Amino acid sequence: MRLRANLGLVIAACLIVIYALFPVVWMLMLSLKADAQSPGFFPANWTLQNYLSVFRSGLFLSALRNSVGISLIATLLSVVLATFAAYAIARLDFSGKKLVLSMALAIAMFPTISLVPPLFEMWRTLGIYDTWLGLIIPYMSFTLPLSIWTLSAFFREIPWELEQAAKVDGATPWQAFRKLIVPLAAPGVFTAGILTFFFAWNDFVFGISLTASEAARPVPAALAFFTGESFFTQPAAQIAAASLIVTIPVIVLVLLFQRNIVAGLTSGAVKG
Amino acid sequence: MAAVPESRGRGRFGGRPPGRGLSEQRLGWYLCAPAVVLMLAVTVYPMLQALWLSLQSYRITDPDARRFVGLDNYVLILSDSLWWQNVGVTVLITVITVAVELVLGLALALVMHRVIFGRGVVRTAILIPYGIITVVSAYAWMYAFSIDSGFVNSWLGLTNYDFFSQFGSSIFVICLSEIWKTTPFMSLLLLAGLAQVPEELQEAARVDGATAWQRLWKVTLPNMKAAIMVALLFRTLDAYRIFDNVFVMTGGAHGTETVSLLAYRQMISRTAVGLGSAVSVLLFLTVVLIAVLFIKGFGTDLSRARGER
Repeated sequence: MRLRANLGLVIAACLIVIYALFPVVWMLMLSLKADAQSPGFFPANWTLQNYLSVFRSGLFLSALRNSVGISLIATLLSVVLATFAAYAIARLDFSGKKLVLSMALAIAMFPTISLVPPLFEMWRTLGIYDTWLGLIIPYMSFTLPLSIWTLSAFFREIPWELEQAAKVDGATPWQAFRKLIVPLAAPGVFTAGILTFFFAWNDFVFGISLTASEAARPVPAALAFFTGESFFTQPAAQIAAASLIVTIPVIVLVLLFQRNIVAGLTSGAVKG
Repeated sequence: MAAVPESRGRGRFGGRPPGRGLSEQRLGWYLCAPAVVLMLAVTVYPMLQALWLSLQSYRITDPDARRFVGLDNYVLILSDSLWWQNVGVTVLITVITVAVELVLGLALALVMHRVIFGRGVVRTAILIPYGIITVVSAYAWMYAFSIDSGFVNSWLGLTNYDFFSQFGSSIFVICLSEIWKTTPFMSLLLLAGLAQVPEELQEAARVDGATAWQRLWKVTLPNMKAAIMVALLFRTLDAYRIFDNVFVMTGGAHGTETVSLLAYRQMISRTAVGLGSAVSVLLFLTVVLIAVLFIKGFGTDLSRARGER
């Protein structure tokens, strides 16, 4: 009975892994097809030509540069601002706590597409339409809620008395902060950073609405415009190759920080 | 960090020296101010701007004809069957995806909760759909079902069946991609709820001879109701905004246009700022309505919730 239940669990676990990886493997197969017009899961003729074509295309490289730059800057700034706010919420006694948290929650529910018409108008007036800044600002404000919630949940768990104890033992405030608090807070900050990066890396709505050229267009938007514009024949295999390249950072982050991401996505929800 | 007020040896929970409350109050606001200002600047202000633009007849290509028209844009949209058709499609996609995701997500969460051997592998794998770009997911599923490069047709023994030539099968593939990509998020929220169910209750039910199925319905699910409601709220709001998958797969063809796509098309493709803004305001109001319904109507407790997206 026990054995049968365990076997069932193992099979279920295998099914989950297949569920998660199947489309990724399919994209890999498609990207290796010499003839994208040929049906079937596996390539009839294998080739790496699609990857070469993608890397030779200026369009993809500029999109990749934009995506990496914009996502990293937005993540860095968002996490710094969220750390300030979360520290105040977790550690200080001030009346705005509830207000800030509820506001963050309300903004997390905001339909992003609703902001496209006004931001389109505002960004054109301010001259930041089709620039990195024009995307960094909305990415920051839409990832701040997530970061603030995750970080304040983490910061609440930190035994801040340790800092006091270290000072009694003769450590300077800076030493106490650097040697005790930073190592304890780092996992939370990392988690917030990864979740923020995923949001910015994934965004499509702002990416296609607030950009018009290679100057700022990020990868998801560039992928949608690949068809027929840059590759006149068989774009499928090349889109698959480009897709797989931009999935690599996601896989690496997930492999390295699985524990942090799961904790980040579940921690706030557990607190009563 | 030097500005952080210290407890001065009296302990965090002890009596506080006079004047400390006020400076702490001020520091709290200073630390939150940048985040708060930025969040408001990119949501509340533009939303007011959208409200103002929605009362005007204004196309970027014809700025001289810009004029104030009151509620005309809203009347135009609400009396157009296209709007109601788009709302219907969006509701259809939302109901299908959220319902399937709840069942599938719960199953995934139950397995992840109990599996010991290979726990890390399963949790790592499940995060890949969560982290992957939605546009990439859309392309993966679209090409899988396409006639010339896909494999589904041959696997199912259908010769040259074009899934994107009609409404029903297009919606099916769109929902499939949406479900694959977002079920992991649902299951992780449910996993957090599962961890809250007291183990003693399960044990007691088992001793009393309850079957696994009875334990699920009578013990597990009632005890994680709050987590389920929060997960449903977040996913419903998210599904109602569906854009990426539809844009990539059909572009709204064969009646698959959703409300978000309509807003985009009016604004960017037709450059009808007034009309596009009115659609945006209506979309915003719908989302508020859904949130209010969940919170007031179904008693979803948001103090347990958290931000996502």
